[in-house]
Formats: sequence, C-alpha cells, structure tokens
Amino acid sequence: MAALDQTQVKEGVDQETVDAVAEVSTYKYGWETDIEMEYAPKGVNPDIVRLISEKNEEPEWMTEWRLAAFERWQQMEEPNWAMVSYPKIDFQDQYYYARPKSMEVKPKSLDEVDPKLLATYEKLGIPLKEQMILAGVEGAENAPVEGRKVAVDAVFDSVSVGTTFQKELQEAGVIFCSISEAIREHPELVKKYLGSVVPVSDNFYATLNSAVFSDGSFVYVPPGVRCPMELSTYFRINAENTGQFERTLIIADKGSYVSYLEGCTAPQRDVAQLHAAVVEIIIEEDAEVKYSTVQNWYPGDEEGKGGIYNFVTKRADCRGDRAKVMWTQVETGSAVTWKYPSCILRGEESQGEFYSIAIANNMQQADTGTKMVHLGKNTKSRIVSKGISAGKAQNTYRGLVSMHPKAKNSRNYTQCDSLLIGDKCGAHTVPYIEVKNNSSRVEHEATTSKVDDDQLFYCRQRGMDEEEAVALVVNGFCKDVLQALPMEFAMEAQQLVAISLEGSVG
Amino acid sequence: MLEIKNLHVKLEEEDKQILKGVDLTVEAGKVHAIMGPNGSGKSTLSYVLSGKDGYEVTDGTATLDGEDLLDLEPEERAAAGMFLAFQYPVEIPGVGNMTFLRTAVNAQRKARGEEELSAADFLKVVRAKAKTLKIDADMLKRPVNVGFSGGEKKRNEILQMAMLEPKMCILDETDSGLDVDAMKLVAEGVNALRDEGRGFLVITHYQRLLDHIKPDVVHIMANGRIVKTGGPELALEVENNGYADILAEVA
Repeated sequence: MAALDQTQVKEGVDQETVDAVAEVSTYKYGWETDIEMEYAPKGVNPDIVRLISEKNEEPEWMTEWRLAAFERWQQMEEPNWAMVSYPKIDFQDQYYYARPKSMEVKPKSLDEVDPKLLATYEKLGIPLKEQMILAGVEGAENAPVEGRKVAVDAVFDSVSVGTTFQKELQEAGVIFCSISEAIREHPELVKKYLGSVVPVSDNFYATLNSAVFSDGSFVYVPPGVRCPMELSTYFRINAENTGQFERTLIIADKGSYVSYLEGCTAPQRDVAQLHAAVVEIIIEEDAEVKYSTVQNWYPGDEEGKGGIYNFVTKRADCRGDRAKVMWTQVETGSAVTWKYPSCILRGEESQGEFYSIAIANNMQQADTGTKMVHLGKNTKSRIVSKGISAGKAQNTYRGLVSMHPKAKNSRNYTQCDSLLIGDKCGAHTVPYIEVKNNSSRVEHEATTSKVDDDQLFYCRQRGMDEEEAVALVVNGFCKDVLQALPMEFAMEAQQLVAISLEGSVG
Repeated sequence: MLEIKNLHVKLEEEDKQILKGVDLTVEAGKVHAIMGPNGSGKSTLSYVLSGKDGYEVTDGTATLDGEDLLDLEPEERAAAGMFLAFQYPVEIPGVGNMTFLRTAVNAQRKARGEEELSAADFLKVVRAKAKTLKIDADMLKRPVNVGFSGGEKKRNEILQMAMLEPKMCILDETDSGLDVDAMKLVAEGVNALRDEGRGFLVITHYQRLLDHIKPDVVHIMANGRIVKTGGPELALEVENNGYADILAEVA
C-alpha cells in the first residue's frame, strides 16, 4: 500500500490550503516592524554608490566596479516592451540604503536583540533558534537545533543580519554567506564570477543593481560536494521607499549539488516600492542547482494602489558538460512583475528546466517567463508555465527558446497553460522560438481554460465553500509545478495560491 | 425528513417554467423513486434541492428536518446533510480523488463544528469503504473523475456518499451508462447505506435499478408535477406499458 501512504502525505499538504483559507483574509505579511533605521539620503549618484560600498567595508576594486556600472546605467533607458504599465518611477525619489540601527553593534545575547526584529522573524515563521542566529547573537550557533535543517540567510532590508548553520556548512566546504561578506572574505571567487552571467551592462535594472546592490547571498559548493542541507534566504522589504537591490551569486563547482530556496514578503504600503534583484548561477561540469522561489511581495490593494514593482534578472549558466539547472517559481505577489529566469545551456548535454506558477489577482500585472538558450550539443530544456488570472489582472507568459547553430540534436518542450477566473482578466502567451540548426526539435503547447462553474458546484455540493473550491481547482491546475518544489515550499505555495485568490469569485 | 411543498421553479435566464407545483415528502428510512419521461423536470428538482445556479424558485418551499433549504448556499445544504449523486460527475484535473474526499469530509465536519478527521483515521475509513465498492488504491490516487469509465465515476459518487454520510441522498440517474455488473455494485453500495435515519430519492428512467434498490414509494413525474404515486408495482407498470397509459389516465 505504498501508493496510498504517499497519498497520505499529499493529504496533509492540502489541508494546509484549507486552513489557510479559513484563517487569513487579507495580505498576511502586511505588517511593518518599527525599528530605528539608518538611511542613506534619497536618490542615487556616485556618492551614494561609494557610501553603500563603504558601509559594506568593500575593497577598492568593488567600489570601482559599482561606479562603472553606475556610469553605464546613466546612459541606459528603462525598457518598455513588457506588457505592464505603471506610473513612471522617479529613481531619485528612492532610498538606496537602509538598515536596522541595532546592527551597528553585534548583540551578545537574545536579550540585547531588538525584540521587534525577532518578532518580524517569528511572523515569517522562522524558528526561534534560527531567529537568535539571524539576529546575530554570539554563540547561538552552538545551541542545539531540533528538526529539519534549512540554512537561512535573511536579508532584512539592505543588510544580511546573520547566517545560520555556518559551521556545518563549513565542514562540508560549502560557503554560504552574505555577498558583502563574500566580497571581503572570498574576493578571488567573487572577482571571478560576479557579473560573468549577468554582465554589468545587461539591462537597465541589472545595471542599476550592479551599482547599488546593498546585500544578498553568496553560495559556493566545492567540487563533488552535495550540499548537506537546503539553503534558504528570506527577503523582506521593510523600510518605506527603500528599493531592495539584492544580489545573489551561486557557484556549483564540478559534480556538486545544491538546492536553494528564496522566499519574499513585504509589508503593506500605499506607495509603490521598487525591487530590482540580480541572481547569477554558475554550474560547472556534472553539477546541479535547484533554485526555488516563492514570491509574495505585497501586490497592492484592490484598486491597484501600492505594491512592489519587481524587476528581476535571474540567469543560470550551465558552463560545463551535463550541468543541470532547475528554476521553480511561485509568483503570487507584486503589483508589477518583470522576470525571466533564464538558462544558458553552454555545456554539452546540459539541461535547463523552468517550472512556474504566476498568479495575478485584482490589478496585478505579471510579465514573466524564461529564456532557454541552447548553445551546446544535445542540450535539453523543459518549460512548464501555469498562469492564473483573476479580478482585472493581466498575466503574460513571455518565453524565448533559442537553438544556436552548434546546439545540434537539442530538444525543448514547452507547456504553457493559462487559467482565467472571472471575465475581466487577461492571459497572454508570447513565445519566441529561434532554431538555427536542422537537428533540433522544439515543441510548444499552450492551453487556456476557465474555472468551470460545474466544477465549483460539484465541490460546493460536497461541502466546500466557494473559496475552498477555487483553491482546490487552481491547486489541481498547478500540480505539475507544485510537485517540482521542495516539500516545505510546496505547502507554503499551496497556501499562497489560496490566499492570493481570495475574493476572486462571487 | 425532506419536505417539498408546491415547488415552482423557472429558468433564471429565460421565461421557462420547469417545475409547476411539486409536492413530495421523503421520510427518514425510506427510499422514494421518481420516474418520468425526458424533460419532466426530474433532474431540475435534484439541482434546485442542492442549490445549483441558474434556477429561480417562484413559489413553494423545501425543507430538510424543518430547515429551509432554499435559503442556504450549496455547501450549507451539504453540511445540513443533503447529497446529490451526479448524473454526470465532474472532472477536476490535478486534484487527487483522496484529496478531494478528505477536503469535502473535513469541510462538512468543520461547518458542523466537529473535529476534523486526522489523515490516519481518514485513510482507514476510506480504505474500508473503497474496498466494498471495488475501488482500488490507484483510483483513489487518480485525479477526480479524470479518465474514469462510466462505472468508475458512479462508484466514485457512491464512495463520496458513503464517506460524507448524508441524511438525504438524491441519486440522479445513477444507473445511466452502467452495465449490469456495475449497476449491481452501485446498488449494493447504496443498500449498505440504507438506514432508518436516512432518506433516499432515486431518479431513474428504468425499472432495472429498482430491482436492486427496492423502493418503498414510486412517483411518476410529468410536465413539472408529480402525477401519480404508488408502491413498487408502479415501476413495473411503467416498465411494461411505458408512460403513455399513466399520462392518459391522469390527464
């Protein structure tokens, strides 16, 4: 009866969805922590760039790198090809650096930690022990830990406030720290890889990020090492009018494996906030990286007021032969999303996979998808995209599959499904396909469907209320992608699906 | 138990009267059958009682144990004990049959202020009930009704009924699309649920289902009304002579 036992596990997961619907009626993470913050003056200019670099105690070469990026950025124009519209962003009316004041001096014990900071982590569901470590309590790493191991690097606004499980990771030879620490402690790695996947001049937002990124995460997995735990980063935008520009750099050396989880929340606010992150992943020969994101930034209210503008550049470079990368994303938040996690399949027989759930409700706009660039022979890619639109939202899948002349015998399979809830929303599919050799094959399938009244009535006749019924049907629609997520993320994602679709029917 | 008085129903979208004064009482512990020609309003009656959109009640009442059904949402009726076995069970892709069942069972328990069933308890009950309906582990895992054969879909409806333990069960042409063996299985499932506290309303075209699920009372419905009521012999009469004689008799 092994099959049934497996079902039992799935049962527990789905119960979470049900509970979540019952329990939460508004944006769950919409609180703000009132902590004394230290800000840099508004706006961006070479002095601000220097200040950020200085605050992070960066070496001269890094400051120069940033300044070069800033110079480049000034000559660039904001892109407008995406199917999103939003008021013009005044880039000089943003704070580019903010951090909790209490981080200036490291606390000695939990009593010294700003209790509000801990409360923030608690609301995010981070266990106490990890809260201690995150808050930078000295010696907290040595206290016993219960339960499953997930190493967390939390970015509280601009500063990475602590990294857990450092020691065990160190024993395995894995480096997992904030990017600012990596710049100081591992300059040879950072110099070698930073900007090598997403070049400084890549695009408007990536270039801005290169100039002003304040922190982020760094991962290096040495050759042959299977990272002993899932690595996880929580990003939170707390301070008002702070753009959060985090930078993530992941390097999986030959034959290594790492699974990385990124979760985001942001408090509720009237004014729209800017978020422009860059994630670079380098995968060497026979290495594998799984990168999972659950993004639930504040989406704005029902009239479209407030919310996060999310302009993200994520790219993985499969440099070695048989390198493998898997992007899984659940995008439920943000007022505007502009995001295309991409795979450069350079090594022979390298593989890229992209699994995505994008939910847009109310006035949200999402323009998201992926790029699969096949450069090497016998490379394979797979895209499974599930877009859900409700309210007056617009949801666009935009994906590029490119087979270069040398990418002989390569394969791509794309499945792109859209689900509509109600009759005021929109779903759009924009596939770009380029095949420049005659031995490769590209398949594209797309469907659009509506949540069916008969399905909802069937569920309700069996006792589920309307929102439960919608959540169940939508979770079924997303199943292929939810299955690709690590277990604990799958539960969170199911809850989010339910929460973000509240009020979308009836 | 179920009391329907002078029920008048029209389509919401167009001016078409479907039910024109239905009176019907199903007592606890009894099985009532409704037979009638196509378009007589049998399925509409089942939809209106379970709360499907698209119908407007213009007159009359329907109560379950004294509680007004017509004011309740479909899920509230379900929690109050109303169950409809669908003529065409709906497919829900990607949702495991077991997940669906457990969500439904716990939603009803919650609505009634009862403890939710734990995964282990639930599994035990499901396995036992599935076995008697010859539903295997694979069918419990597959997405709800997706790719199910006609017989599997109807057995699955009866499994849901067995799990939800409703007070009042309406079976809408549960025999349609079933071969003899499948019909026997379904009928056995229904008979196992016959209980002095539970009422059944079996909608069917054919006597043969009633060979297996023996009704206490048989009604003939025509043109939106119940035109004749009698014992099990009435079903035999229909089987032998068709509806024409009865309709001529009451006209």
